[in-house]
Amino acid sequence: MLLSMKGISKSFANVTVLTEAALEVGAGEIMALIGQNGAGKSTLIKILTGAYLRDTGTAQFEGREVEFRSTAESQTAGIATIHQEINLAPNRSVAENIYLAREPTRFGLVDRKKMRSDAVAMLGRFNVDIDVDRPLGDFGAATRQMVAIARGVSQNARLIIMDEPTSSLDEREVAVLFETIRKLKTDGVAAIFISHRLDELYKICDRVTIMRDGSTIAVSNMKDISKIELVRTMLGKELTAFTASDRTREGSSTETLLEVKNLRAGPRVSNVSLSVRKGEIAGLAGLLGSGRTETARLIYAADHFNDGVVLLDGNPARFAEPADAIGAGIGFVSEDRKVEGIVPEMSVRENMTLAILPRLQKSGIVDHTAQQQIVDKYIKALGIKCASPEQAIRELSGGNQQKVLLARWLCMNPRLLIVDEPTRGIDVGAKAEILKLLRALADDGLSVLMISSELEELIAAADRVTVLSDGYSVAQLAADELSEHRLISAMAHQDEAAA
Amino acid sequence: MTAPDKSAGSMTPTRRSTFEWLSRYGTLGVFFLLIVFNMAVTTNFLSWQMLNVNLTQVATIVIVATGMTLVIATGGIDLSVGSLMAISGALAPMIFLGTILPIPNTALAISLAFVLPVIVVAGFGWFNGFLITHYRIQPIVATLVLFIAGRGFAQVMTNGNLQTFQNDTFQFIALGRIFGVPVQVIIMLVVIAIAAFVIRRTGLGRQIIAVGGNEKAARLAGIPAARVKRLVYVISGALSGVAGLIVVARNSASDANLVGLGMELDAIAAVAVGGTLLTGGRANVLGTLLGACVIQLVRYTLLANGVPDAAALIVKAGLIILAVYIQQRASKG
Repeated sequence: MLLSMKGISKSFANVTVLTEAALEVGAGEIMALIGQNGAGKSTLIKILTGAYLRDTGTAQFEGREVEFRSTAESQTAGIATIHQEINLAPNRSVAENIYLAREPTRFGLVDRKKMRSDAVAMLGRFNVDIDVDRPLGDFGAATRQMVAIARGVSQNARLIIMDEPTSSLDEREVAVLFETIRKLKTDGVAAIFISHRLDELYKICDRVTIMRDGSTIAVSNMKDISKIELVRTMLGKELTAFTASDRTREGSSTETLLEVKNLRAGPRVSNVSLSVRKGEIAGLAGLLGSGRTETARLIYAADHFNDGVVLLDGNPARFAEPADAIGAGIGFVSEDRKVEGIVPEMSVRENMTLAILPRLQKSGIVDHTAQQQIVDKYIKALGIKCASPEQAIRELSGGNQQKVLLARWLCMNPRLLIVDEPTRGIDVGAKAEILKLLRALADDGLSVLMISSELEELIAAADRVTVLSDGYSVAQLAADELSEHRLISAMAHQDEAAA
Repeated sequence: MTAPDKSAGSMTPTRRSTFEWLSRYGTLGVFFLLIVFNMAVTTNFLSWQMLNVNLTQVATIVIVATGMTLVIATGGIDLSVGSLMAISGALAPMIFLGTILPIPNTALAISLAFVLPVIVVAGFGWFNGFLITHYRIQPIVATLVLFIAGRGFAQVMTNGNLQTFQNDTFQFIALGRIFGVPVQVIIMLVVIAIAAFVIRRTGLGRQIIAVGGNEKAARLAGIPAARVKRLVYVISGALSGVAGLIVVARNSASDANLVGLGMELDAIAAVAVGGTLLTGGRANVLGTLLGACVIQLVRYTLLANGVPDAAALIVKAGLIILAVYIQQRASKG
């Protein structure tokens, strides 16, 4: 075994986070690590990398007893971590990033020539052919991830930890990433792969370690465990929701609420048309960079468009600011909960009522009673788990934060709710709950425009899907036409034409 | 993941909560310690006069620091407050002395001397906000412009001359007393009370905190972030204007070189010691009052016991470092 952790426990103050957690990874093995939010994956990984110290248990790496006291120690020992939010320096060149803080030197000065050629060679191993002199920030998420991996490998890592590496990648980029991981595998480099996307695990992982409530409850070969079994083990119960069959698609009316015609703005949105009917969930699909999020932001007036029209009830809507869109009854749940959604230091109560502040005021003073009633109502209605409405939102799990953000918009009784990746980074149980909730709201007459990278999610939830490709709307798929195959071929459409 | 996971790095929650406790009650604790210490050591500490001396010393700092608290709550900073005080302090005597334009009606002249300077420097505050929101200049650089140019304006306006005056009506703002309480202390308390109310109870207060806590999220939630930011700089400017009036009224003289000198640092220090996060997203107005009082009391304690003012500066710096350290340890996560 390359890595063997056994009987790991960890408590913070009086809260036990890990009990009897274990993790084993063989050389050149890709081990999936899964569990719901709060199962203890992150803590276990932090103990492995030296960010936390364990209370009890043993850890062996390459046959040697280890207890890393800092992430620097674990890196030196050969463990590299690639985080969800990649922490490299976007303003520095690709080459500089790969050799950050350990640049090759010559006579005490940085040997730029050698650094450059080493970087090219290193990336070449993964068939990544990019200009290593350009700032890292110029490249997309997938390339940045590849650079992070190259950095790890160049540090002679024997174990690479990937925490949700695919969460911001599109399917094509995921394929490239997997190709890279397979290549590493043949070189004997092992990986721990943490992901909420179960399909991916079957594609890339050899074995899976399943955690629940701070303990490792199962380890299995990937090919010996079915997806249902996997989810059931992870949740510790039967999974009921998250299927396409338990809803009606005929309920939605034919009246159009929102119509977008020939929208154009910047380099990402070239010509997008779409429509959302009253009481339906309209899906918006496309690869990353196809202009999905950009289109949503244009409708919401978070950004401004150069050409085209947005019609609401058939009338042109000219919004200067998100506040105007809100005034017209439009809500927007952004794809990046941390950066654009929550105000971390504020309480659940204040986060939830942020958008309806103007309505809660009587001559400038916030009506606390009305505010409290709304908050109580939605905490109950959405089953938000928090110690109290006064708890800071940053202390909640991702799923509960997302519910608070949904409530932020639901409490203003919107006509149209735009949700961008509403289930990103949250556990399977909460995912199903949120999709169910959106469906129930649509059945009550709310129109939803849902952006998602997860095809199965779109197929399960959407009444119709508009497909974007490279800034153009290239297809409209009705409910009975929805399938992974149809979606993928539509998304690829423009790419083939361009290539 | 789980709540304890959010605590920072390898620090255990026990230590973190110690810092949290300190950040919440530390300033208050130091305040009482200083009072107890002085009661034991400093002669005539518990006297009406001593209280008045200290309160009048602290009043202008608190007034300016209140505006600074709001600015810092939005994630900004205002370096121009001292220079704006100089402008308002230069303008007021020019108005009631009739230097600019003779105004025969004294009541009108005095009223204008109160109102106009405050409006003018509030306008300069708006300019700060405009630079920051329209040109997206960092607050520290944008307000540096008026930190430098503002005092220059004041000096140009007065030709660098000292203006001296004796005007009881105007000087009521500093020297007057209502039921024995100095008017400037009353102004200070009113400003603090209003600001605390605005932050806690009004929509504007919540908008200020939201903009400082996460500007992108605030904007997407329909909060007019740019307008809110401009407004806090206007408020900071106006309060600096009021403080400038008090300072010149107190001295019976206006010296553009000296009015408000170093005030930006005193105000920021009061905010920091008072427990408001310098990164924005929180505002503790009462803490700012307490912070200013602690700094003043430390200075007074040292002076009253024969330690030179220069040494008191070093102690002040030490206090700020300690306060910021405690806050950082408490808020990590």
